[in-house]
Amino acid sequence: MLNCQEVTRLLSESQERKLTLNEQMSLKMHVMMCSGCRNFGKQMHTLRQAARAYAKGEDELADNSDE
Amino acid sequence: MNDEDAQPGRAGAPPAANASLLSDTQFLDSLRRQMFKFANLQLGDVDLAEDAVQEALIGALKNAGSFGGRAALKTWVFAILKHKIADTLRQKQRTASASSLLREDEEEEDFSALFDSKGFWQADERPAAWGNPEAAVRNVQFWRVFEVCLENLPGKQGRVFMMREFVELESDEICATVGITVTNLNVMLHRARLRLRECLENRWFVKGEPPC
Repeated sequence: MLNCQEVTRLLSESQERKLTLNEQMSLKMHVMMCSGCRNFGKQMHTLRQAARAYAKGEDELADNSDE
Repeated sequence: MNDEDAQPGRAGAPPAANASLLSDTQFLDSLRRQMFKFANLQLGDVDLAEDAVQEALIGALKNAGSFGGRAALKTWVFAILKHKIADTLRQKQRTASASSLLREDEEEEDFSALFDSKGFWQADERPAAWGNPEAAVRNVQFWRVFEVCLENLPGKQGRVFMMREFVELESDEICATVGITVTNLNVMLHRARLRLRECLENRWFVKGEPPC
């Protein structure tokens, strides 16, 4: 059974490589029961989206947005 | 091919629109500022950042005629800038000794503030649900917080995080450039992400977004 530190490591690594089936299973088990790691997983996605947007210079476009 | 294109004094309607984009000095100034900030964050060197911005701008402006508007030109310019930064990082790595830029043992870090002795979240460190990240990226204040959090990362963590997420280099490429192992890179990225998410959560998502 993985702990949160290991799970966050795998969630981070999943941004660089495809996890093994074994890793994916253990991850799913843990995340089902752990809201902290579930949130962490979603945040990894948000971080990547934000970084890509920033790298396109969208941070300054935010100024001009009407929404 | 047609005659109008050959007449310098008389641009056709569509080129005129693009030409005005380039003569809009206010737009160009602000674009250049953003580019510089972005490049300097990753290169950590004012001169190298200036050079990268200069080259990217020249490259982009050559083709400026084919852009429909500011947003398209900006996306293009930043794409070129990312390539320039990647090139510069590679060259920089060749001239400096890898070990002086990235010492693996300096990355030793204590996780006990985040996780208990069994490796589970400390009660007050457990990640919360982030309300509406889509709205955050449209808020200019959010990006200032994002930059502060990025600057708070320890130098090497910040550098590899940006190589990965801004310049979008693959792991093996970062490892070759920086001279570290994949295992080490993964450790650094894991730590950078833990720190960054904590910082964003504390300074933005949980604190509450300011009203529009």
